Amino acid sequence: MEKKKFEYPVIKRFQPGMPGKSGIQPTLEPITEINNIPIARLQEEYGSPMFLITENTIRDTYQEALQAFKSRYPKVQFAWSYKTNYLDAVCRIFHDEGSWAEVVSGFEYNKARENGIPGKQIIFNGPDKSRDDLEMAVRDGAYIHLDHFDEMYTLIELTEELKMKAKVAIRVNMDTGIYPKWDRFGFNYENGEAWEALKKIAQQEFLELVGLHTHIGTYVMSTQAYAMAAKKLAELALRAEKNLGKKIKYIDMGGGFTSMNTLKGAYHSASDTNPGFNEYADAISFAIMSAGFQQNELPVLILETGRAMIDDSGYLLGSVLATKRLTDGRRATVLDFGVNILFTSFWYDHEVHPGCEVSDYAEETTLYGPLCMNIDVIRQNLSFPLLKKGDPVVVPRVGAYNMTQWMQFITYRPNVVLLDRDGNTHIIKRKEGLEDLKRAEIIPDFLKPKE
Amino acid sequence: MKIKPNLKVNESGFLFDPTTGESYSLNDMGSIYFRMISEGRSPDEIRTLVINEYDVEASTFDKSFLDFESRLRNLRLIENE
Ligand SMILES: Cc1ncc(COP(=O)(O)O)c(C=O)c1O
Repeated sequence: MEKKKFEYPVIKRFQPGMPGKSGIQPTLEPITEINNIPIARLQEEYGSPMFLITENTIRDTYQEALQAFKSRYPKVQFAWSYKTNYLDAVCRIFHDEGSWAEVVSGFEYNKARENGIPGKQIIFNGPDKSRDDLEMAVRDGAYIHLDHFDEMYTLIELTEELKMKAKVAIRVNMDTGIYPKWDRFGFNYENGEAWEALKKIAQQEFLELVGLHTHIGTYVMSTQAYAMAAKKLAELALRAEKNLGKKIKYIDMGGGFTSMNTLKGAYHSASDTNPGFNEYADAISFAIMSAGFQQNELPVLILETGRAMIDDSGYLLGSVLATKRLTDGRRATVLDFGVNILFTSFWYDHEVHPGCEVSDYAEETTLYGPLCMNIDVIRQNLSFPLLKKGDPVVVPRVGAYNMTQWMQFITYRPNVVLLDRDGNTHIIKRKEGLEDLKRAEIIPDFLKPKE
Repeated sequence: MKIKPNLKVNESGFLFDPTTGESYSLNDMGSIYFRMISEGRSPDEIRTLVINEYDVEASTFDKSFLDFESRLRNLRLIENE
């Protein structure tokens, strides 16, 4: 006699109309394949956990952002924010679409150069550019965005020594009505510091003032804040032309657009509350176009959009290591990836989907990572179906910041795989091994075994 | 383990506890475990019955049974032990 199908026994308390103490979201649908490739096949080939990046999503998102701005403003240039995801394959897809590079360190700068980007398409941001970095940027003709007066004086000295001109912009911080104000970066607008910086630059023989830059924050949900920032930069640009005789060629609005991940503790899901590219583009374009420039002399609008550009193309594929019950009766599921790999779980309530078909029953569950640390929590409380050891799980929207901010802690960082437009898969960063990690370590002689 | 008296799961897996006013929903397997425990069958007996009738490994059954018992305990559906 054939035996009946077994299912895991479940008993659940009815909580009529109660979303749970922390506003628990409905159970998520399984994701069993990505672009028609089964999760099981990917994990078989590349192991678990693994990151998957879909090329078509990168290109589609880029085009969507570009169209949003191009249809509203005549001169638009995107610069790929390297820190958001600087895997070379990813950067090259953005460059292939027409993106410049936006970098904040010598390391990122060199990566961009090795990706074939000429200096005149590199924007060099950040408070930490060494003298050598600056020299490289000057020689390459890159756009140097000054962050503080110390850097400005170093650059003045350097260019006088080299007898070479540097193309510079200043980063401007300002009150845009949002909190926190990122006033630690750049020169302040309201107290006149930014204007002082511009005056100082204008007097330098070897500094060529070409642009104005701001980056008002990250995951900024207010389009109004962008409108205000754009208006203030436009005002500075017009003042520089009128009073200093310096024509500003571009206004760089930085990054900061939200992705569709929901912030931790947010009551509404991001897709209900967050603006899209069109709305940001509306606010920014209108502010610059109505600022008083001659219509044929509008500055180029540069955007350094990071997370909104790449988040959707990344997936983390993992699996269940164990399930247990906590002493208060809640279910706990231990996954094979933790905050070491999914760094953004410190900010987001990531969606975690089962990667296989499951029964309809779900329970309030805490999802833990595998690290031996109490902070290793992927989701504190979500409605989750009963998965068993070995079952796959899929976290969508992990393309931004994880593959740069991940930590090498306790275990290796996993394979990153690109799924190209033809459905082929390629490892673009292979899983670390013991040799990779030992390579940079040096054991002093006195700790080596005696001959 | 003894389930509180007067608790019955109906055919659709619905359970009402008149002493607390709470209601519960069980899936098919949950209802089967619940009925057998209510009938006073021993864990060994339940184990044999389930393993003979269902396509399940002994270790999976054991885990599921322990987990189910601890759920009943957490939901206070059993008599004080
Ligand atoms: C100067 C600069 N530009 C662009 C970005 C990208 O920001 P986002 O990912 O919020 O779009 C950052 C991120 O911190 C940044 O510091």
